[in-house]
Amino acid sequence: MLPHSRRTFAVRLLLAFLLAALTRDASAIPAFARKYGLPCSACHEAWPKLNSFGQTFKDNGYQLMNDRDAPIWQNPSYWPVAMRITPHWHYESQGRQTIDSIPGDATSPPIEKTIKTSGFDLTGIDILAGGTLAKNISFLLVPSIDPGDGTVGFESANIRLDNLVGTPWLNFKFGKEELDLPLSEKRMMTFSNVGGAYELYHFVPVGEPDEFFSFGENQLGVELMGHSLNDHTRYAFSVISSTNGELGLIGGRTYDYYGHLSQGFMAGKLGLQRVGVYGLVGERPTFFLTSGGDPIAGSGRGNRSFYRAGVYGSLYIGKFDLTAVYQRAQDNVFLANAVSAGTPLPLGAQGPQWNTGTFEAHYTYSPKLFFIGRYELVRMAKQALAANPGDLGNTDVFTIGYRYYPFMHSRAGFAWHQEFATMRIKGTSGTGLDQRNSSYFMGFDFAF
Amino acid sequence: MQTRQRVSLLLTIFVATVLGTSVAQNAGTSSGYPTPKDGFSASEQRGHGLYLRYCVGCHGVLGDGEGENAPYIDPKPRNFTLGQFKCRSTPTGTLPTHEDLVDTLRRGITNSNMPSWRPLSDENREDLVAYIKTFSPRWKSDKPSEPIHIPAEPEITADRIKAGEAVFRKLECWKCHGVEGRGNGPSADTLQDDQNRPIKPFDFHDQTRFKCGTTDRDLYRIFMTGLDGTPMPSFADNVKPDEAWDLVFYLRTLQPMNSKEKQIAKQLGMKPINPNAAPAPAQTENK
Repeated sequence: MLPHSRRTFAVRLLLAFLLAALTRDASAIPAFARKYGLPCSACHEAWPKLNSFGQTFKDNGYQLMNDRDAPIWQNPSYWPVAMRITPHWHYESQGRQTIDSIPGDATSPPIEKTIKTSGFDLTGIDILAGGTLAKNISFLLVPSIDPGDGTVGFESANIRLDNLVGTPWLNFKFGKEELDLPLSEKRMMTFSNVGGAYELYHFVPVGEPDEFFSFGENQLGVELMGHSLNDHTRYAFSVISSTNGELGLIGGRTYDYYGHLSQGFMAGKLGLQRVGVYGLVGERPTFFLTSGGDPIAGSGRGNRSFYRAGVYGSLYIGKFDLTAVYQRAQDNVFLANAVSAGTPLPLGAQGPQWNTGTFEAHYTYSPKLFFIGRYELVRMAKQALAANPGDLGNTDVFTIGYRYYPFMHSRAGFAWHQEFATMRIKGTSGTGLDQRNSSYFMGFDFAF
Repeated sequence: MQTRQRVSLLLTIFVATVLGTSVAQNAGTSSGYPTPKDGFSASEQRGHGLYLRYCVGCHGVLGDGEGENAPYIDPKPRNFTLGQFKCRSTPTGTLPTHEDLVDTLRRGITNSNMPSWRPLSDENREDLVAYIKTFSPRWKSDKPSEPIHIPAEPEITADRIKAGEAVFRKLECWKCHGVEGRGNGPSADTLQDDQNRPIKPFDFHDQTRFKCGTTDRDLYRIFMTGLDGTPMPSFADNVKPDEAWDLVFYLRTLQPMNSKEKQIAKQLGMKPINPNAAPAPAQTENK
């Protein structure tokens, strides 16, 4: 593998994490609390993490099912909109970055150096609009403003028809939405550049050109979802465009298919436990038709497949909970090596396979004080190039943090957040050594 | 120490601390919130934490129904300090059973802001009810009565529905609920609850669920126990069980959903009652 690929791998991984950390939505919506007069803690273990009551509320289409769900019951001045942003200070350390030995002189011999920086910053601002248009017709609209260039994107925009034919087993969602994932990245309890996204969803094997599928990001498509009355049994099936959530039909003409089935059960005094399985299969184009040499958007050809499949369990012991996810993933050899289908592959090219383990633990001392610890590990089973070391790109991420909420009511949310995350990536520096990136994050997270 | 060892040590300490504390707390009593009173049982203390998490916004810290959202809610949240509850299986004026309160939590109260707390565990609901009982001294001085006896539901017949109409007229249900059950009787606008707040009678015409349940047995129970704290009295002393079932069947004809009672009423060509008309002779045969 070329040193350049190794360098860009680490940079891309960080960029992907940064983007994922900057774009969260559907997290904690005080507009719902205002509508129903419930404190944030009714639906959230600690916002934005949902508890079983909040999950049921979400699965019912943001309805409590108490005949007060239709907007006609609200005061006409009620506006179902909330906003969330997190001013913060953070410290970043990126290990073994390849730099010019003489700054500004690209011909000087490259050296490796750990780059450290810190400063005050903002997350993107989320405008969270959600609720019901009528009984059993729900919506979620989340324009998100990038803090850097100020551009506005649509994180979510969907309509949901709830309780079709009078049963909670049939709900149909249409638009841009988060897949029904075992761990929601949009309700993530960590924000830092290193700890603010799941490897589970964003890991890319060394050598792959780009993250062509961001599992944790919102996707465009439809979802059929159903659940039992007590929400213990849940299923979701989605068909999504192969554009990775981007607007404008920019990819190919294929669709990705995602399914998720889970079962919860009460284990005596311990509380609600849950086990589940999920899987996604999809295809991506390996080349585009061109005009004057430029690719034509939407004309992707030579589709090749990839999949993600996993099992998980969520264990609750009173105030402690632990979710463990195991995921197997594979990308087609043409996708992984950025080679057009039908053209010769590099010597030793193969479809990479990898396994991911995610262990996320929470301790909810009270709705006002919440601790989190997470460990993720990625182990390559097969590299994109057979000549690469077997452990190239293996990743370990450890994140720890806490959130303190000075008050808890139904009008706004406010939290002090501190977090430290560190990541080691095997053999990806320019000289083939391990790279370590670390983040420290502290700030005020608020929504109103 | 190697980085890997340091991380492993930190992780081990974190997991051990968290597991140890959570197991201790789960087996113990702490809610994570300061507990305001001494002498709470373990269940009451757990209920205290749950109450602050879920209920305090409407029912208030003191359980007096004066939570921060109370001014914006209609009907108003229950004042637990009075020890008075609408939905009971026990006679009027008495405390509900523990199960009555647990059922209310599980079911929620339709047509109000009180949601169903079905997603909570059984133990959570038990603990919440235990804590709610600490707000009123009645729970120490009084004991809940036995639930009223509800005889088996008889077969629905045309005669029973017509008899139920006569009971509706005799008990003057129409004065509050209106001759068509629309909640617009001549007294409707003057009704107040025990705390002098305006209250509306139930509108049978466009609602399928009652505050205290959905079944025929629930409806029977409502007018045999009354809804304490509201103008809806108990009719246990005024009607016999057989008449109460007749009234249940008649009231079902006023509701919007399709039912056997509604079909029979249509076949009979029943019209809204005329309260000024002379009562029809009672028909008791063929029940």
